Amino acid sequence: MHELSLARSIEAIVWRVAGERAVSVVELDVGELRQVVPETLEACWGMLCAGTPLSGSRLEVRRIPGVIHCLECGTETRLGSAPILRCNSCAKQSVEIVSGEEFMVTAVQLEE
Amino acid sequence: MGRFHRHDDGTVHEHDHDDPGHDHDHDHHHHPSHADHWPPHLPDEPLLSEDESRSEQIGDHRGYSTGRERIEVLERIFDENDAAAQANRELLDAAGVKAVNLMSSPGAGKTMLLARTLAALKGKVRCGIIEGDIETALDADRLRGLGAQISLLNTGDGFGGECHLDAPMVARALEGLDLSTIDLLLIENVGNLVCPAEFDVGAHRRAMIASVTEGEDKPLKYPVMFRSVDVVVVNKVDLLPYLDFDIDLFLNNVHSVNPRAGIIETSAKTAEGVGEWIAWLYQLLGIQPT
Repeated sequence: MHELSLARSIEAIVWRVAGERAVSVVELDVGELRQVVPETLEACWGMLCAGTPLSGSRLEVRRIPGVIHCLECGTETRLGSAPILRCNSCAKQSVEIVSGEEFMVTAVQLEE
Repeated sequence: MGRFHRHDDGTVHEHDHDDPGHDHDHDHHHHPSHADHWPPHLPDEPLLSEDESRSEQIGDHRGYSTGRERIEVLERIFDENDAAAQANRELLDAAGVKAVNLMSSPGAGKTMLLARTLAALKGKVRCGIIEGDIETALDADRLRGLGAQISLLNTGDGFGGECHLDAPMVARALEGLDLSTIDLLLIENVGNLVCPAEFDVGAHRRAMIASVTEGEDKPLKYPVMFRSVDVVVVNKVDLLPYLDFDIDLFLNNVHSVNPRAGIIETSAKTAEGVGEWIAWLYQLLGIQPT
């Protein structure tokens, strides 16, 4: 639902990086713990860029899995669709999130 | 000859540099998006590098043709919002104001709990309210006459009908408050269990209301919201005798996704438990209840 405002933030970053050079691909890391629907984000990107110099560029999303690290036993647990913050090995809940909250522009590819 | 100009906030427009009226003041904005009110100063330039060593290090196997230039960026997409949120927090800190971002689904009882809160704190703690709604002043009207300063923020009015408050919007709303005469700022977010969780608005604490009519499974369905908050206010407990709601299962689900969440059970309607919520606010303010 908030993908359009996220697309605007991405646009601001891409403008700052690429200036007036033609952009072909914007590479993103999107963690699975983020409530970002890549398909919706891509649709919003297309809407936002239509008629601008970014028209024709596309987003390339790499999903980053949610992983927690147990502070008790050190086990790393890959989170499933419901991100239960509990160690798979010892069932303790003193855990920290290692990955899955990423939401960043990692690279911008320019047209030749 | 027209020329595209890119502003720091990402907006772009075209104008003629030979135009005698053009004054090179690029601080003006035309874009009706909310990039408009990003803070004028953005975070430092992103980390730019044309080498691709990181991609190799992390085993990035996405293909890109070698003939193309690839600029590594590594910039968090929430950085702009987070910088604005930090600016809000500094403004509040400078005025000695503590702020709570209050979130929930529509109809969970945010406005009624706020009315109870203002009544309980009247004459003791000076309150300000930022009332976020997509449309209408209905909620702001319900809270008038309770002694609080109220700044209404309709996201449908110039903010594209956003489903959440973000930090630049709250910065705008803060301009409508005299921070020197309040102690506690309660930010009533747009009723929505998804988007508000993703945006830091500059509050010191995040709280959410979950009402017992919403079902035990909500923490598992909206884990980002439940994980983002310091405290979950479980509201409408006066209805428990009439519902099949299993509160123990609900609390277990809350703690599954947020082991550290505080729990306060209330009925904003009967005032049951509201004292515990008020005590939580006093704790945030660092003062003893009077």
